[in-house]
Amino acid sequence: MPVTDITILLFLGALAAGLLGALTGLGGGAIIVPLLTILFHVDIRYAVGTSLVSVIATSSGAAAAYVKEGYSNIRVGMLLEIATTIGAITGAFIAGLVSPTAVAIIFGIVLLHTAWTSTRPRVDHISGGPSDPIALRLRLDSTFPTANGPQHYQVQRVPLGFGLMYIAGVLSGLLGIGSGVVKVLAMDRAMHLPFKVSTTTSNFMIGVTAAASAGIYLHRGYIVPGLAFPVMLGVLTGALVGARMLPHLHTQKLRVVFSVLVGALAVELLLNAFTGKI
Amino acid sequence: MSVPHTLVTGHSTADDRTEQVVGTVLRLGVLIAAAVTLVGGVLYLIQSGSTHPDYHSFRGQLSPLRSLADVARGVAAGNAEAIVQAGVVLLIATPIARVALTLVAFAMRKDRLYALISALVLALLAYGLLGG
Repeated sequence: MPVTDITILLFLGALAAGLLGALTGLGGGAIIVPLLTILFHVDIRYAVGTSLVSVIATSSGAAAAYVKEGYSNIRVGMLLEIATTIGAITGAFIAGLVSPTAVAIIFGIVLLHTAWTSTRPRVDHISGGPSDPIALRLRLDSTFPTANGPQHYQVQRVPLGFGLMYIAGVLSGLLGIGSGVVKVLAMDRAMHLPFKVSTTTSNFMIGVTAAASAGIYLHRGYIVPGLAFPVMLGVLTGALVGARMLPHLHTQKLRVVFSVLVGALAVELLLNAFTGKI
Repeated sequence: MSVPHTLVTGHSTADDRTEQVVGTVLRLGVLIAAAVTLVGGVLYLIQSGSTHPDYHSFRGQLSPLRSLADVARGVAAGNAEAIVQAGVVLLIATPIARVALTLVAFAMRKDRLYALISALVLALLAYGLLGG
């Protein structure tokens, strides 16, 4: 296929991924890698490098839109970024050691998990219990805006959240995804942050996490201009359009669409890996 | 040692101001990165639109654009692919700039603990981009 055709098709695919990602809040990174490997027969290393670029674009774009609202917790974000960046660097090194087939299998499993969790409704786990002493020492407790004025929240189980964030970083660096699902798990479930706080803080962190491994991928030649160009611009356009459409849509049905799509891609990716095509 | 109440409970107006500056930087960074990538990409299409690249077999180690110096040299020579890659590098630099700015904001507020935490994250990011 000539460059022009690849560019147009990739741009459209990335546009759809960015749009769906913005509308469901689940990020388009999970779609880019299977799209490139299954439909375009791109080597998974190039696919992961390209996807990581798109993850930074979405995160920075979305974070810029969200910061004004006062939901994100800058201290929690910065503290946990220590864990995610170390994890991302670890993940990028593991990617250099294991076979592309192994990466594809891990990717398929993570996608299946994403498909499964993304349809389940999210509930707040705010607890009235006392804060983790570490959270007090690190001044992590904060407030977030609600209809009834600022609501205070107490941060729980900081070490568990930190450990889960390390795993999120490893997956991000290994697979070129944002790992939003694991990040939210760490902040919602382990640390009991209100979900608006964890979503926006996680969005913030995804770009920083991806930037840690993107440099390593650049040095290894995983990031090629011919793929990065249409995917980065496509995902960005999709994310920006999606953010505008968001207030006018019911996203629950879209989450089901996303979930089915991601599940199908996961199965296809695993089949390809087990039949030796990747 | 007594600390102001806002620092204990987190969200202070200083935090909000920092986040707004950071938001502007993020938006600008993404816009500039996208513009550079677009310029390089259009040039690339004009110059090599009818070539048939092979992405099926991985030859990463042969890529001529693997370091910041490679990219800078390519841009200076007007190479279209190098300009796209420069856009990618600018995109990677955007969240790094965010961490650097947050570090400055914490340092200005004499919040040593969080300035230190930010510096650690910044060092890890610099390692990824420059060392790796």
